Amino acid sequence: MKQQLVVVGNGMAGVSCVEQILKQPHSFDITIFGDETHVNYNRILLSLVLAGEKSAEEIVINDIAWYQTNGIRARLGVKIAAIDREKRVVIDEDGGATEYDKLILATGSSAFIPQIPGVDKKNVHFFRTLDDTRALLDKARPGLKAAVIGGGLLGLEAARGLQMRGCEVTVVHLMETLMERQLDATGGDYLKRKIESLGIRVMLPQQTAALFGNGRVDGLRFASGEELEADLVVIAAGIRPNAELGRKAGLKVGRGIVVNDYMETSDPHIFAVGECTEHRGQTFGLIAPLFEQGRVLASTLTGKRGPVFGGTSPAAKLKIMGVDIFSAGSIDESGLGVETVRYEDPSLGIYKKLLLKDNQLLGMILVGDIEDEPIYMDWLRSGTDLTPHRRQILFPPRDADPGRAVADMPDSETICGCNGVRKGDIIRAIHAHGITTLAGLKERTRASTSCGTCTGLCEKLLRAVTPDFQDETRTTLCSCVPFSYEQLRDMIRGQKLKSVEEVLNIYGNRKGCEVCKPALSYLLDMVWCGEHEEDRSARFINDRVHANIQKDGTFSVVPRMRGGVTTPDELRRIADVADKYNVPMVKVTGSQRIDLLGIKKADLPQVWADLGMPSGQAYTKGVRMVKTCVGSDFCRFGVQDSTRAGIELERRLENLFTPHKFKMGVVGCPRNCAEATVKDLGLVGQDGSWQVVVGGAAGKSVRKADLLITVETTEQAMQASDLFFQYYRENANYLERSYDFVERLGIEKIRKETVYAPEAEKRKLLDRLARSKALAKDAWLEGRTPVSPTQFVQIQPMEVQPAK
Amino acid sequence: MNARDWTAVTKVGDIPLREGRAVTVGGAEIAIFRLEDRYLTIENKCPHKGGPLCDGIVSGATVVCPLHGRRFDLETGMPVRASEPSGVATFATRVEDGIIFVNMSGYKSREVAAT
Repeated sequence: MKQQLVVVGNGMAGVSCVEQILKQPHSFDITIFGDETHVNYNRILLSLVLAGEKSAEEIVINDIAWYQTNGIRARLGVKIAAIDREKRVVIDEDGGATEYDKLILATGSSAFIPQIPGVDKKNVHFFRTLDDTRALLDKARPGLKAAVIGGGLLGLEAARGLQMRGCEVTVVHLMETLMERQLDATGGDYLKRKIESLGIRVMLPQQTAALFGNGRVDGLRFASGEELEADLVVIAAGIRPNAELGRKAGLKVGRGIVVNDYMETSDPHIFAVGECTEHRGQTFGLIAPLFEQGRVLASTLTGKRGPVFGGTSPAAKLKIMGVDIFSAGSIDESGLGVETVRYEDPSLGIYKKLLLKDNQLLGMILVGDIEDEPIYMDWLRSGTDLTPHRRQILFPPRDADPGRAVADMPDSETICGCNGVRKGDIIRAIHAHGITTLAGLKERTRASTSCGTCTGLCEKLLRAVTPDFQDETRTTLCSCVPFSYEQLRDMIRGQKLKSVEEVLNIYGNRKGCEVCKPALSYLLDMVWCGEHEEDRSARFINDRVHANIQKDGTFSVVPRMRGGVTTPDELRRIADVADKYNVPMVKVTGSQRIDLLGIKKADLPQVWADLGMPSGQAYTKGVRMVKTCVGSDFCRFGVQDSTRAGIELERRLENLFTPHKFKMGVVGCPRNCAEATVKDLGLVGQDGSWQVVVGGAAGKSVRKADLLITVETTEQAMQASDLFFQYYRENANYLERSYDFVERLGIEKIRKETVYAPEAEKRKLLDRLARSKALAKDAWLEGRTPVSPTQFVQIQPMEVQPAK
Repeated sequence: MNARDWTAVTKVGDIPLREGRAVTVGGAEIAIFRLEDRYLTIENKCPHKGGPLCDGIVSGATVVCPLHGRRFDLETGMPVRASEPSGVATFATRVEDGIIFVNMSGYKSREVAAT
């Protein structure tokens, strides 16, 4: 005869406990009651639903099929009103009774409703459930003034979510600093600056005395008498355990339903798990201990009575991309014998504080740099004697045994809290799909794609599990936006950032500099295939006026001559321009072009018009030229038509931007007269085939290009060129020449991901190239339609002053 | 300071946000920059090799010379790196009725200013 197991609560704690029970031999007939009408979803991710990064469907953990397959009766939208402990039945609001042998209370917690007059007004919301989130989504729209009461984790995540929907958000917090339960005053200040740099206003300390408005909320009145206008108010002032059901049933209840180390309540047939519980005087609000409780309770119920729940030290991570905040353990430094070790760098926004006692780690606050969190957590949990590490404690060496931290974790441990990806899921995915890179892992498992805080752990797992792990070099762009190129690409894509200003305001120091601004301009152009908001102020002067600045402030003009082939007519126009503008020097360049040096900025548009030729892009990080030899038409050795192929190649790629300048060469035979093997991309003609070579150089560095592939037709050579070109555009760091790029990645990897990639992947690269190309145009057209009235014009003062 | 010290230079719309433009006023070549909320004016010529500062990238309230990367504070004209020897002159700037005015009264040529 099966025992009746009834679970009151269909949230993460209750259902994860049921999942643990299902993994073990048991004889339960399981019924789950949920007062929400939804299947079990990942409540932690509601902020991402609010921000529009995930849909409601994407955060479902157990779909309806899971309940059916496991023979679980799901009673959704049914609220349990009472427990009759004598008869061992639970009674729902409609009076229906359900018998139980064992009862799990997993009723969770509710938003704390502060005693503020006006909380019942329209447009005052809480942020706790999927329905709350949907209600907020209904209201949120660009320009709406939103106030969030509460500057804790949830409040800040709600604020960011609303802001991502275009609302003008103010966070109002009762205390002197944000997240004061997890951070000290210094950490709170750093956080405040970060939050403000996202464009969210923060008001501290500010006690809300009332919400005013006629039926609908119009704003907040503070105890200070000040007011804040608001069309929408979200209250995130903490949570309270839902212990009422237990209290009414006569169970021992403090702030929550009291449980012992086995998750047993004061009634031997009733158990409790999750945020409704109180264990050794502690209540819970973060996910990790709840999973742990579920595991313990599953053991208790299936008759093992062990392991026990020993409580956990609190750990909190803020899930806002670009705002790295982690806090764990005790942050109270007033205790006897507690020492603190601190590091801070205001301009990088980094603050680290470790609390130690008797050479053991007690707690930590990490702001702006949380990479060492796994090591610190390991020290915290294990009580490691830190005497040998004291000198490097703020920057613990990372390579000692990178596999150690992940080897210690059980397979069921969640690595990516945002996406609910466990260690076991990642290892299975690595083996099943042969994943070797972080990017591959992200694509397959979605781990580390939301807040990014588990990136380090994912990398460690990859390194530990994959025999041929490929490290992605992480170079920080610059101290204005201290992120790697890969992170910046993800941020631009993920957060849909379209301008340099947005990136700098949200993730940077709001200023930017001559290093990061052009780099961000490039990244935006590349990620959005030209559909970004071009900001000329973020670009070097050459890209503002499409000419190369010279030492005296004049410019050089190099018209495009595709393949180095010109006509008498073009040469005459060039000669006429040189005469008309008294060009001090006319020079044939190493790239088979003609350079007119010493042109004044104001003359540029007219010079271009007189030339009647397109821009040769000789001034920018972009496609420079294709140098060609005479080829089969005239040369007695030529076996391929290099001039025609060179002109074609140049037409395909001209006017596009690249991480660094990009030079090409096409030769009609292996004599290599146009030096194709020392170009970023070269085509070397052979009898009946083309060699496509990449990563060559003959500048500051000299490097012979690597063979990418040999193909039979010119069309195939063009496609291989396009593939490498776009791959370089998307994956190289800004200012990384192709020869460094090819050495960094290795030609084998590049081949695999370009010419030997699956057709679908090739198609994607080519499609993105085509999108960019469709929007790329000859920059010199701006001579006729300038982007600002004074792009080229020399301003003349409105009043004339005599020279002194 | 009398009104004649202020020279009407150009319309506000002529200078794009976070860019600079050069103007020659009374024999002095100046560079006017438009920041988020104000206009600042300095001498246009970099003391290092004479680079046109108006063409530099603006970073906060500083500008970076396009030729060799020297950086100057737009408010004080001082080089941002203390190791660099010389700065540039600054000129008071105000906006009235959509016109940018620059105060040229303190201007002396570099040779004189250096003494």
